[in-house]
Amino acid sequence: MSDDATFEKFKSCAVEVLQVPGDKVVRDARFADDLDADSLDLVELVMALEETFDITVDEAELDGIETIGQAFDLIAAKL
Amino acid sequence: MSAPEHTAPAAAPGPSGRVVLVTGANRGIGLACARRFLALGDRVAATYRGSPPPVDDLPADQVDHLLPVHCDVTLPDQVDAAFDQVEAAFGRVEVLVANAGITRDTLLLRMDEQAWQDVLDTNLTGAYRVVRRALGPMVRARRGRVVLMSSVVGMLGSAGQVNYAAAKAGMIGLARSLAREVGSRGITVNVVAPGIVETDMIAVLGDARVEQLRSMVPLGRAASAGEVAGAVAFLASDDAAYITGTVLAVDGGLAMGL
Repeated sequence: MSDDATFEKFKSCAVEVLQVPGDKVVRDARFADDLDADSLDLVELVMALEETFDITVDEAELDGIETIGQAFDLIAAKL
Repeated sequence: MSAPEHTAPAAAPGPSGRVVLVTGANRGIGLACARRFLALGDRVAATYRGSPPPVDDLPADQVDHLLPVHCDVTLPDQVDAAFDQVEAAFGRVEVLVANAGITRDTLLLRMDEQAWQDVLDTNLTGAYRVVRRALGPMVRARRGRVVLMSSVVGMLGSAGQVNYAAAKAGMIGLARSLAREVGSRGITVNVVAPGIVETDMIAVLGDARVEQLRSMVPLGRAASAGEVAGAVAFLASDDAAYITGTVLAVDGGLAMGL
């Protein structure tokens, strides 16, 4: 899968779980400030991404993840 | 966030009532809870470890709404499988009553590690397992009810029940922390703390001890399991939509003030 296609898949997860418009899901978007996502939203998103991409994300890996770009890179590195 | 419209038919009784899962529902308080929800028109998954809940005296339509599910709450795989089975038959669980519990009573000096572990594993960790499994679909649905079965001994203490009382007190910390975690998702988490209830668990204490306990109850009698089920049903009802993190004692006044 190309990076673009992967990002689109990632984006549709974020849109569905965080209930934000797709155009707000950009690399620089910050979960807390730009997407109004709380910690439970992030847990939900990670669980949805794990299911969608058939991967596992450890709690420790989520430390310091604050933007869409950081989260995407974490997921993409596992594919 | 504004209060939801009170007219929302979240729990319309009838064949398409809520999906309720009660653990330890083959006798005592759990069975009474299962039957109360059935009478309200809900579909009820009743988990049991030993023998399934009795159905002989249930009306046929209620038997159809009852799904007995074998599940030892000390085994994560069985908890998972039980929920899979319920979701396949009824859909996602909307109301969870974590009730399964055991006792291994003895004074602490005689309480070996196994007796401690067994009670904590079933009563507290078992609740953790079923709540955790139930929670994902509730969070996604932005709705759900969790009721944990504690006991007044969690607050009063009870000689010979260090393990049981610790587990039951733990239910309160679990419930209140979780209430904070998922309140924003429209999920309430509450605790029912029964006092002396006419169940097998109390019967094993012997007449003298039961009489002694009864003498401490302002209402002067033990509760029926149905009276505890009534409190559980209330906390699961629309009327309790604004109640979360509370401990509702159903104890005839035994522990009032605690």
